[in-house]
Amino acid sequence: MCTVCGCGAGETRVEGDALHPHDHTHVHADGTVHSHNHDHGGDHAHSHGDAALTGAHEHVHTHADGTTHSHAHDEGHGHSHEDATHAALQTSHDHAHRHADGTVHTHTHVHTGDHEHGHGHSHEHGVGGDLDYGTGPARAHAPGMSQSRMVQIEQDILAKNNSYAHANRTWLDERGIFALNLVSSPGSGKTTLLVKTIEALKDRFAITVVEGDQQTSNDAERIRATGVPALQINTGKGCHLDAHMVGHALQRLQPADESLFLIENVGNLVCPAAFDLGEQHKVAILSVTEGEDKPLKYPDMFRAADVMLLNKCDLLPYLEFNADLAEENARRVNPNLTVLRVSATSGDGMAAWLRWIEAGLEAQRGKRSETVDALKRRIAELEAQLGGPSA
Amino acid sequence: MHEMSLAEGVLQLVEDTARRENAARVKTVVLEIGRLSSVEPEALAFCFEAVTRGGIAQGAALEIVPVAGAGWCMVCSATVPMEELWGACPTCGSHQVQPTAGTEMRVKEIEIE
Repeated sequence: MCTVCGCGAGETRVEGDALHPHDHTHVHADGTVHSHNHDHGGDHAHSHGDAALTGAHEHVHTHADGTTHSHAHDEGHGHSHEDATHAALQTSHDHAHRHADGTVHTHTHVHTGDHEHGHGHSHEHGVGGDLDYGTGPARAHAPGMSQSRMVQIEQDILAKNNSYAHANRTWLDERGIFALNLVSSPGSGKTTLLVKTIEALKDRFAITVVEGDQQTSNDAERIRATGVPALQINTGKGCHLDAHMVGHALQRLQPADESLFLIENVGNLVCPAAFDLGEQHKVAILSVTEGEDKPLKYPDMFRAADVMLLNKCDLLPYLEFNADLAEENARRVNPNLTVLRVSATSGDGMAAWLRWIEAGLEAQRGKRSETVDALKRRIAELEAQLGGPSA
Repeated sequence: MHEMSLAEGVLQLVEDTARRENAARVKTVVLEIGRLSSVEPEALAFCFEAVTRGGIAQGAALEIVPVAGAGWCMVCSATVPMEELWGACPTCGSHQVQPTAGTEMRVKEIEIE
């Protein structure tokens, strides 16, 4: 899954990388859309869907008149457009394709903004604004050719992101790295909070940072000014980081074993909630210049988080913000939420936050040594089965 | 929220399966969307139509099977129906309710030919 909220796929940039070295969807200025794959320059294995393996080069074009057609480059097929029905104002037009194998099929496209329906083969369109996804398809197929059957899938829609997230989490766990995903609205003070956190902790353990923003590398530069490595990911039109991007960032940054890995997500209280990046905890930041009811308005994020930092508390005397009410609202959405009141600017409350990070990192390191110990035991068992360790 | 990303996720699963099964076309896609899953089914249907254009699933009917929300109320020690992720227990009014059903977003099955 490629970042896409809206059709901004392919705009993701990792600092220093070429544009997205894999599946690609381009939207050109004239509205043409095409997608293709190219070879991956990275050094970790992962699959990007079957298309990447075939070498075929599928193109989807959307023409100015709204016609969409797709073809594969390695097949070579012609298709003709029946111009008689192609008038710009018409809501439907016919389309005939001739495929490489000689099959010709005709189908009707309908392009109106105000009702949706499928692009079936030779189906009639009523004038009403009904949803008719289900009509038409297959009816024009020759008898005997359309043996339709149901195939069970039973898979989570976010399965692909989650598999990348799982890989990231395993990678982090194996190295005892404590990863936090910081999420909030734009302007809640995430970057300042990060800078202060890093300044307080950087002498005690290694820290690396990933910064997600639609554009600019300003935040990564602010982090780098503290002396720790930071990588900016620009999501283009995308509104959240996904696990695949973070996987790339891990490969690039190579955080040290038993270190702290901080991810500052794109400022957005909606989408990042659903995208697991492989972090140990999501940390939601709510600033007191926002509304007390934000946890109720954006419950998914506050439910997904394990910690909420109520930031900019130094401004409370000047505001009508009711911090207790904000906490209460957050706990309504997520009874298990840990809430810490902080001010990154004045430093108030930061000690508790830093202690929470240290405790988490300690636990993560402990988990790693358990895993390492468990692996050592397993190796010893296997060696015993083989008749003792070989010389 | 992010229904376009989700629609792309659905499409990926559908296309992978269709290819594996040597399908010529995808006729129907059946999703299970929980009431507490933070997905707007109408928006998802809209995005699905957009992302399937030009592919094997073009024109496929999208059936969304809603899954009712349920949660474990810690005060009542019972499973109670939930309408919203942040909703209170309908019996005692407590917010100490842990969702146990209705958060799923799954591609259940597809009809191919």
